[in-house]
Amino acid sequence: MIGAMMASSYNEDGHITVSGPGGGTLRSKKPENTAFKQQRLPAWQPILTAGTVLPAFFIIGLIFIPIGIGLYVTSNNIKEFEIDYTGEDVSSPCFNCSQSFSWNSTRPCTCVIPFYLEQPYESSVFMYYGLSNFYQNHRRYVKSRDDSQLNGDMESLLKPSKECEPYAMNENKPIAPCGAIANSMFNDTFELFYNDPNGTKVQIPLSNTGIAWWTDKHVKFRNPGLNNPNLTAAFQGTTKPVNWRRPVYELDSAPDNNGFINEDFIVWMRTAALPTFRKLYRIINKTSNMVPTLPRGNYTLEVVYNYPVRSFDGRKRMILSTISWMGGKNPFLGIAYITVGSVCFFLGVVLLIIHHKCGNRSNSADISN
Amino acid sequence: MGLFWLRKPEFYWDINLNHDMLARNPGNRSLSPGSTMLINYLASSSFSLTVLFCLSLSLRLSQGYEDWLRHKADCSINECPVDVVQRGKVVRTQSHKLRVGDIVVVREDETFPCDLILLSSSRHDGTCYVTTTSLDGESSHKTYYAVPDTMAFRTEQEVDSLHATIECEQPQPDLYKFVGRINIYKDKEEPVARPLGAENLLLRGATLKNTHHIYGTVAVYTGMETKMALNYQSKSQKRSAVEKSMNAFLIVYLCILISKAVINTVLKYAWQWSPDRDEPWYNHRTENERQRHVVIRAFTDFLAFMVLFNYIIPVSMYVTVEMQKFLGSYFITWDEEMFDEELGEGAQVNTSDLNEELGQVEYVFTDKTGTLTENNMEFIECCVDGNVYIPHAICNGQILSAASSIDMIDSSPGGYRRDLFFRALCLCHTVQVKEEETVDGIKRGIHQGRPTSFYISSSPDEVALVEGMKRLGYTYLRLKDNYMEILNKDDEIERFELLHVLNFDSVRRRMSVIVKSSSGEYLLFCKGADSSIFPRVVSGKVEQVKARVEQNAVEGLRTLCVAYKRLSHSEYEEACHHLTTAKLALQDREQRLAQAYDIIERDFVLLGATAVEDRLQEKAADTIESLHKAGMKVWVLTGDKMETAAATCYASKLFRRSTQILELTKKRTEEQSLHDVLFELNRTVLRQRSISGLSVDCLDFGLIIDGATLSAVLKPNQEGAGPGNYREIFLEICRNCSAVLCCRMAPLQKAQIVKLIKASKEHPITLAIGDGANDVSMILEAHVGIGIMGKEGRQAARNSDYAIPKFKHLKKMLLVHGHYYYIRIAELVQYFFYKNVCFIFPQFLYQFFCGFSQQPLYDTAYLTLYNISFTSLPILLYSLVEQHVTMETLKKDPSLYRDIAKNSLLRWPVFLYWTCLGVFDAVIFFFGAYFLFDNTTFTSNGQMFGNWTFGTLVFTVLVFTVTLKLALDTHHWTWINHFVIWGSLLFYVIFSLLWGGIIWPFLNYQRMYYVFMQMLSSGPAWLSIILLITVSLLPDVIKKVLCRTMCPTATERLTDFFLLCSFFSFLPSRCTLMDHHNHNSHHPPSPSLLSPFFLFFNFLSSLSPLLLLFPPTAPVCACDSALCTRSLFLGVTAVHSPVPYCGAVHHLHAFSVLQQNEFLIGPERGERSTKRR
Repeated sequence: MIGAMMASSYNEDGHITVSGPGGGTLRSKKPENTAFKQQRLPAWQPILTAGTVLPAFFIIGLIFIPIGIGLYVTSNNIKEFEIDYTGEDVSSPCFNCSQSFSWNSTRPCTCVIPFYLEQPYESSVFMYYGLSNFYQNHRRYVKSRDDSQLNGDMESLLKPSKECEPYAMNENKPIAPCGAIANSMFNDTFELFYNDPNGTKVQIPLSNTGIAWWTDKHVKFRNPGLNNPNLTAAFQGTTKPVNWRRPVYELDSAPDNNGFINEDFIVWMRTAALPTFRKLYRIINKTSNMVPTLPRGNYTLEVVYNYPVRSFDGRKRMILSTISWMGGKNPFLGIAYITVGSVCFFLGVVLLIIHHKCGNRSNSADISN
Repeated sequence: MGLFWLRKPEFYWDINLNHDMLARNPGNRSLSPGSTMLINYLASSSFSLTVLFCLSLSLRLSQGYEDWLRHKADCSINECPVDVVQRGKVVRTQSHKLRVGDIVVVREDETFPCDLILLSSSRHDGTCYVTTTSLDGESSHKTYYAVPDTMAFRTEQEVDSLHATIECEQPQPDLYKFVGRINIYKDKEEPVARPLGAENLLLRGATLKNTHHIYGTVAVYTGMETKMALNYQSKSQKRSAVEKSMNAFLIVYLCILISKAVINTVLKYAWQWSPDRDEPWYNHRTENERQRHVVIRAFTDFLAFMVLFNYIIPVSMYVTVEMQKFLGSYFITWDEEMFDEELGEGAQVNTSDLNEELGQVEYVFTDKTGTLTENNMEFIECCVDGNVYIPHAICNGQILSAASSIDMIDSSPGGYRRDLFFRALCLCHTVQVKEEETVDGIKRGIHQGRPTSFYISSSPDEVALVEGMKRLGYTYLRLKDNYMEILNKDDEIERFELLHVLNFDSVRRRMSVIVKSSSGEYLLFCKGADSSIFPRVVSGKVEQVKARVEQNAVEGLRTLCVAYKRLSHSEYEEACHHLTTAKLALQDREQRLAQAYDIIERDFVLLGATAVEDRLQEKAADTIESLHKAGMKVWVLTGDKMETAAATCYASKLFRRSTQILELTKKRTEEQSLHDVLFELNRTVLRQRSISGLSVDCLDFGLIIDGATLSAVLKPNQEGAGPGNYREIFLEICRNCSAVLCCRMAPLQKAQIVKLIKASKEHPITLAIGDGANDVSMILEAHVGIGIMGKEGRQAARNSDYAIPKFKHLKKMLLVHGHYYYIRIAELVQYFFYKNVCFIFPQFLYQFFCGFSQQPLYDTAYLTLYNISFTSLPILLYSLVEQHVTMETLKKDPSLYRDIAKNSLLRWPVFLYWTCLGVFDAVIFFFGAYFLFDNTTFTSNGQMFGNWTFGTLVFTVLVFTVTLKLALDTHHWTWINHFVIWGSLLFYVIFSLLWGGIIWPFLNYQRMYYVFMQMLSSGPAWLSIILLITVSLLPDVIKKVLCRTMCPTATERLTDFFLLCSFFSFLPSRCTLMDHHNHNSHHPPSPSLLSPFFLFFNFLSSLSPLLLLFPPTAPVCACDSALCTRSLFLGVTAVHSPVPYCGAVHHLHAFSVLQQNEFLIGPERGERSTKRR
């Protein structure tokens, strides 16, 4: 047996290699000569030296500055108009409404705010409402919803998730839609009138479609009872959120904008990232190329003032804005691009100088050695 | 384990979570107060639990794997069959059923299942042969002896009738020590007591050879008490410096975590002071929550913040570090260059925990024999009474039987004394004769038709001596029935009865035998180190021998002295008595034996001395030189004589001709007091230092100290308030010496020295390397212990952290592997902290904008997968394959090792830089996104994004930045790096698309639905992602470039230079610049590359992998040969003169090349200089 084992153990050098302390297994232990095992994989070895980086800096500078200028110009071309209608101030038209607010008042309080647009708004105009100091991103608030209920799940409709607490049940009936977010849905309404120079008041048509994400409206949010055309029946056994005036199935008259798939509701349900935020309210579609969507002139905004913000020092705004390919007015991005581009360019120059001086110095130092 | 207690808080929280998860099942609506807070982050995903499970699983991955292997081996051993004698019959059972006291039958080639006392053997003389290869690696057959009273037992019945008790010491791991006593009861007589020693104890794991079968009792130890098992017990855990700094960093981060949580909790309550903020009408608490006491609420808030920010503690770092170490250590075992053809073995890694410590070594303690030298002894000469004999036919390893080959330099009739000397050497040894063996059917060892035999011994010196004697005409034939047979030069067989062997030990440094010649004379032969023989000699030509011994020692030969003593019968009886009583003693047997030996071994007559050469190992000098250049201090610790050792040190370039040798030896301290010597040396060293000032290495010191002086130095100062501690002065001297030689060291002293240096105030990292059992103590003591798979068994290799076949492999081990591992792990550690700061700091900032409500910025899936999938693989693979410079560069320029000395990449400033970079990046991510989101829209259809898009934007920038930061740090882009870096970015994108792409039925929230896609559909999001990534990477790039330009490290200078070289390689003809090595000005300048052409080239080459895809092997500086010689010439004469005909490009770089030529060292350099010597 030993003989046989030994015989197999000759490698080409004629050396006997015995491996393992017991000499049980006999095999050559010589490591394989592969590039990986010998750590000799072919490799690209870039080095970050001033020489390699300098051109990159200049190139970044050259690319970023034009982009930044483009962004800045685009942003500046966007027209935006904002009205704060909170009614803190005595002179404000909404002062009375804000003072006389109570949850169970049945008579809506309306305030009329005139304003003047100095420039005509071409193309489509987007109408936003803005809230400040409203913590939609508070953890307790963010989680207070039941996505499966909103997706039309019957079981969750009648038995809302406990995440919705304390807005899950009211008078032993499940709330639909449950949770703090739904309960606090923004319910001011706006109407916009153009005061024609000849004295007539023209109402501007506001479109409420296309304000929510397509996927939200068509996939994520669904009414219960699938194709049941009778929403009232589908929501049988549930109750409206405490702060709502109307149940969810009466949010809108159009059947494809009612119940959970009401776009105002969907927009509200997408919680904002920061305590000062705006949400899309309506779109004023462009009618023709000839007339601007909103010509220069006097306007009247009629607000049905329902939403209380004074208790938490909040502010309410109405914003009219046009949109470019890069969204709304935001000079930050353009300025940032210009700044970074210039900094890179500047750094390139500085590095060039330093490198020049330093290179010379170290060279001469070494020579003197 | 240092890391476990730190990890504990993590586990604690998550176990809490786990508990809450269970409580969450439907129906159970009443939750414990604290739980809801905690649940909300992680509970909804079962990920984090799975992940934690995976973490804890893989945490001990490597150890677990080793454990599993061990377990498997254990099982197979436990179940292997064993024959036991029961009621007079042989019964087969399983080895784990063996009990102490069983009698076991072991047959040839079987392994002993436990520690056995040999009762009887099938050999008539009651001996058996055993190999202990698996225990200590010695392949020689060792002889073990049966208890005399039972050696006659032949059958199972006889063995079974034995009635005896065995007393023995407690189990202890020393393989070569055993003390016991067997009391044999025979028919109501008084029991007979017999001593049991290591020679009676068959060790578990050893194998029976050349003996048909034996009977043994499981006398002593079974299972975990066997010596083998005791030896396998884990050694004291060594922790690397990196691990220590890692834990320190971790504590800092733990403090950051806690302070973050505290700050946020305090701010939260300050902010919530007004009830409208605490509970505005739109966001009420539940009744349950309201009723909770404010203290409990605050505490749960604190815990929730801890959970939210806990990712800042990089748990996954520990997993990655473990994996990196475990997998990375394979590169050592795979290294072909560290494979030794002769031994058929490559490097071994016994502990992967210390890989990076190999890059941090400051002191190297090396053994001499077998480590620096080959331990392949060759008999050179012997000197009898001043007459020198040299066997003239030196055939390495082969034995010539011709007696005529004696060439007497000094052929005076030596007569009786000479023959006695030869006989002494033939008798006084423990060499075994291995009969010629049939290997593969080829008879080996047949010489001139006559079968000869091999000598085997644990000491190569002895073999060399016996073989030398053979060449001088006296052949040792065999030991048969206690008679040693010698074939003398007249071809007659002389027989001596072997009475006693007084074994060699390293304290006595000698061994003796007592034999009885055929004429009835009792003779004691002793051979040993000169220092242990001369004091015991009473007559003989001491002076002549001493002179010769010293001369030989200076030449670096190993010398032994031989003496003898004639014993009268009564003297012999007395010696016998001393020995047997000592051997029988149960307590202090060692000590008593030593006393007995001391009494017996005195009043010698000096016969002569031998000289054996031990050649330096291949490339030992080159290796030591490299270690010196790498800034390491090399100490040689040897048991040898000072002269021999010093000669080796010169040969191995430890001392140069220019080295000023300081001696701290017994000889000197006898003349002056130790105190004076120490102070004088200290003064010399200090004076030199003050004179030389800046240029330190114009004169270096070498210190020689011997064991006796060392113990005097280390002895605690009895005088108490003496003039300070010698220890400190000694250390001060050592600190200023580049090389230290400690000779005449006992094994324990070696460890003491290592300990001394380890404990000195700089706490340097030490490495001990050795091959023999006597080096084990220092190997275990040093930070890194390296064993050489030498000829003196395997103890050193077994006890070491790494084992290498040859000393020369140490160079690659430290300079290449150590350097790489250190760079890799340092980056790994820093990067992990950095990426977790980047990850968590935005969450911290977000709390200021969400009312300190613990709202997570990122989705749960992102939180969980960030460290596990999105950013883990690139850094792991980076830490496995990164090479900041090529292997050849590291080997050629050992001084690069100094760049990483003293844990330079993990110092606090570096750590601070990384952390600040992390915070900066996090601020950029968060506020970049914040200003973008600030009260505007960035879609072209006017729709708004919510908080999850905000988080996803930050997270996308984060993942890209962090991965690209690693890409910036990567110097070595193999396909693996490309694959993992781009792959994990791609994975992130694909995962995000998928995660947001469908309504996941198992989730109870759909917050991520289409968020990622919507984000990508917006132009400004893209632009801001690009912008934020650029801004985050910018400071690091600038820092890198500035550091490189203003204060480059040696490594960076070198790589800059190779960039030049590759530039030159476009030119057709090549030449290699040879060095004129100059130690002083070692650094190439950073070349002035300001020609626009060069800038352009640089840029191109950095962009295109093709241009720089140079074979990493042999980066030869290639240039036009004319330019090459020219510039070399210029290097000597006028540096500034331009080289007119080299063209514009040549001109530009002429002097860069010629200044760098000194470190373009041809591979021949090392060898050349060795030859010169």
